[in-house]
Amino acid sequence: MINLVSALGGQLLQRLALLGQALLMLLQSLRVLPGKHGLSRLIQQLYVVGVQSLIIMLVSALFIGMVLGLQGYTLLSAYGSEQAVGQMVALTLVRELSPVVAALLFAGRAGSALTAEIGLMKATEQLASLEMFGVDPLHRIVAPRFLAGLICLPLLVAIFSLVGIYGGHIVAVDWLGVYSGSYWGNMQQAVDFGEDVINGMIKALVFAFVVSWIALYQGYSCVPTSQGISAATTRTVVYSSLAILGFDFILTALMFGGA
Amino acid sequence: MHKRWIEISVGLMLVAGVVALLSLALQVSGGHLTRSADRYPIDALFENAAGLAPKAQVTLAGVTVGEVVAVVIDPQTLMAKVKMQINGEVNYLSIDSSASILTAGLLGEKYVGLTVGAEDEVLVAGDMIEDTQSALVLEELIGQFLLNLGDSN
Repeated sequence: MINLVSALGGQLLQRLALLGQALLMLLQSLRVLPGKHGLSRLIQQLYVVGVQSLIIMLVSALFIGMVLGLQGYTLLSAYGSEQAVGQMVALTLVRELSPVVAALLFAGRAGSALTAEIGLMKATEQLASLEMFGVDPLHRIVAPRFLAGLICLPLLVAIFSLVGIYGGHIVAVDWLGVYSGSYWGNMQQAVDFGEDVINGMIKALVFAFVVSWIALYQGYSCVPTSQGISAATTRTVVYSSLAILGFDFILTALMFGGA
Repeated sequence: MHKRWIEISVGLMLVAGVVALLSLALQVSGGHLTRSADRYPIDALFENAAGLAPKAQVTLAGVTVGEVVAVVIDPQTLMAKVKMQINGEVNYLSIDSSASILTAGLLGEKYVGLTVGAEDEVLVAGDMIEDTQSALVLEELIGQFLLNLGDSN
């Protein structure tokens, strides 16, 4: 019994230490704002993290919007209110689907790449040699990647929502013959900028923070072997996905729960 | 050359993101930026406000001029007090205006319809609309119909 309790306590302390380590890494890497050279490194990372994720985001957004349009039309036309499809598509995307799906894709596309990249840097002792030169690897490697993730995901989510809404427009209006005016009109009446769009963006920002943090910490703290890097990459995707879904529930409850 | 391309594409992505956010504001949410600014509150007492929910539209001649903020019970009269916010530019509702709870379509959602009266004086912030017509409760209507049917036989 005593052994069990002490093992549990040891586990708990271990977890707490890991969390503390991760927070310290984050704080240390953000201690100094990037200077002139930092900006060009940031742009490089914006390209890797953001621009290279654009294609997968655009394609997924288009298909998700089209599916929402189709499902919404089928469901709503049973009640003779298929004009409300625009409102349904827009609210579903802006409030919920865009932030969550974009963040999940981001974790899979960009997060795993970040972990693998930093893990490999660690395995090939690039991080250690940077330190030898007196360059702080946290500042040099981790900070620009974290900032890039924080900037990119909200923008990608905005693009995701818009493309998805046009995807819904393609199906509902162009194929199924809902009147275009009621598609946009119902949407504009139902969607509120402050309550829906901004809350969606806040979700995106939180997810960006969580995913980038997890990805960078897993890479930075991985066991520097090929198995270690592979395990860290897997952990990044698993932890990020769970964190996104968990935080999504909490944020939704805070934003829309208490009416 | 390669570096130039990276910078250009990053710039493009930033612009695309901002444009997407802007069009979400204008195209999708219809520029509902000015929410509480420039609106004034009006209350109305209804015998029955069944089915009326916050955020329901308040219309004048079918045009949306405001929205319902809250539906509460008035402890003195035990009637339903509907609190509304009317857009500031609609400042010509006479004090004898009437309000009725209407339904959009047969099964659609409830909204408040205003009808302007004849007085010159206008409603100002915090005023109460006295002349109201309650929500149509389908069950009561059917009950009454059946009762009348029984009487006439």
